Amino acid sequence: MTGTDHASRAGGRVVIVGASLAGLRAAEALRAEGFTGTLTLVGDEPYEPYDRPPLSKQVLLGRADANSTMLPRAAALEAEWRLGVPADALDLTAKQVRLASGEQVPFDRLLIATGTRARPWPNAAEAALDGVLVLRTSDDTAALRRELAAGPRRVLVVGAGFTGSEIASACRELRLPVTVVERAATPLAGALGAVVGSVAIQLHREHGVDLRCGVSVTALEGDSSGHLRRAYLDDGTTLDVDVAVVALGSLRNTEWLRGSGLGAGPRGVACDAGCRVFDMYGIVTDDVFAAGDVARYPHPVFGFEFLALEHWSNAVEQAQVAAHNMVSSQSERRPYLHVPTFWSFQFGVGIKSVGVPSYGEEVIVTQGSADERRFVALYGHQGRTVGAVTFDQGKWLDFYRRQIEMAAPFPPAYRNVDRPASRRPVPAEFPDPAVPTEGPRIERTGHSPAEWAWALVPARA
Amino acid sequence: MRTVRIVVDLNRCQGYGQCVFLAPGVFELHGEEALMYDPGPDEVQCLPVLRAAAACPVQAIQVQKVDQE
Repeated sequence: MTGTDHASRAGGRVVIVGASLAGLRAAEALRAEGFTGTLTLVGDEPYEPYDRPPLSKQVLLGRADANSTMLPRAAALEAEWRLGVPADALDLTAKQVRLASGEQVPFDRLLIATGTRARPWPNAAEAALDGVLVLRTSDDTAALRRELAAGPRRVLVVGAGFTGSEIASACRELRLPVTVVERAATPLAGALGAVVGSVAIQLHREHGVDLRCGVSVTALEGDSSGHLRRAYLDDGTTLDVDVAVVALGSLRNTEWLRGSGLGAGPRGVACDAGCRVFDMYGIVTDDVFAAGDVARYPHPVFGFEFLALEHWSNAVEQAQVAAHNMVSSQSERRPYLHVPTFWSFQFGVGIKSVGVPSYGEEVIVTQGSADERRFVALYGHQGRTVGAVTFDQGKWLDFYRRQIEMAAPFPPAYRNVDRPASRRPVPAEFPDPAVPTEGPRIERTGHSPAEWAWALVPARA
Repeated sequence: MRTVRIVVDLNRCQGYGQCVFLAPGVFELHGEEALMYDPGPDEVQCLPVLRAAAACPVQAIQVQKVDQE
């Protein structure tokens, strides 16, 4: 195939690295667009594409098996599957992907959809103890399910983001004692801010979770047989626990792109709004695309800030745009303008969001009542609406999505049903990203190299 | 053996609960709008699940019948 017909629907070789939700949906979309060339999907897990959201919910509760969440497919893909072997290098000059087995897979167009993995416990020896787990894959879930079924004395959940909170919720439903340790002031503070997070505090406590906010786990300790027995916290307390689930967010799978010349790193794979990946000089490539959790792209609604979203709908929608653009000429290409949405079910409450709440600084409850755990909260940035979150009020999200798309004024001027008495925005209290999350650090000061100085910033007390 | 694969777009789901009435062995509401479902139920659930998918007011349910060895 020559350089001039790279956008052909008829032929050529497409390789998709990453065989989860984004990879599968892109493959389906390529075929639906009329792509008839060869299609290869590379996945590091030995399973066909499966859905992850049920893992921390119905699977942990034992209502579905960890290996039962295989994703339904729209049509026959006629794809070649390379499962159970990760890609470990990319050669853009030779246009081939090297697998960990040493095999080279040549491509004309490439889609990078390698997603993220769970951030492990930082101390490797402690992370290796029996009973210390993470939750990302179906194998992780099967292992955690076995630990929970064994009836641990107490489960420790490290981190109260969405995953950590859902795990705590499942543990309580299984009537297991659970302690959640969260460094921020409230659960979900990074995604929703501490004002809405304080509602989550009530949810945890009402359901019998021993929630400790503003506290860090400093060490995990095992017995002589290498099984976790104790956790040490930085407020001086110790906890007797048999299971610890580390829910400290995720790391993007970009290591395999090191040395490839692409603009890829710990924050993701940078691409344009058409999913075309930037090289390390910021020049857009023409035949390498990215989609899903691993992709960082500029969003016009949020000041063209580069967003890397670990949301289910982002994987689905972005994969479809990437696939379309992979088989389209320049003039037919589409921008990816999807307004982010996500959901979390915990403690019997449906939490849903649209837009990017953390892009805002202020929050206002526009409908319902936080005391009843049934409300809509709206987030504002410089006088316009940028995000909304609902607790058991998902039916309103579509309305607020349109407000965000239209950059509607904040605080909102419209009248609506179920308005609370107070209509004043308050600071949303997102954690300061400049505050270190770990120990002491060295900070550089001064603008020009001649003014540089280095200062030690001690660990937070 | 035949099984059914299900995925629900829970951004779209608004908890109308039609699926819970039509395939009660597969779909369940946990609270007011948190839908839980069995993503891989037995073949006997195939017809109820297809009915549930067809009846969903927001068309959030995707179903595929799969033949397995």
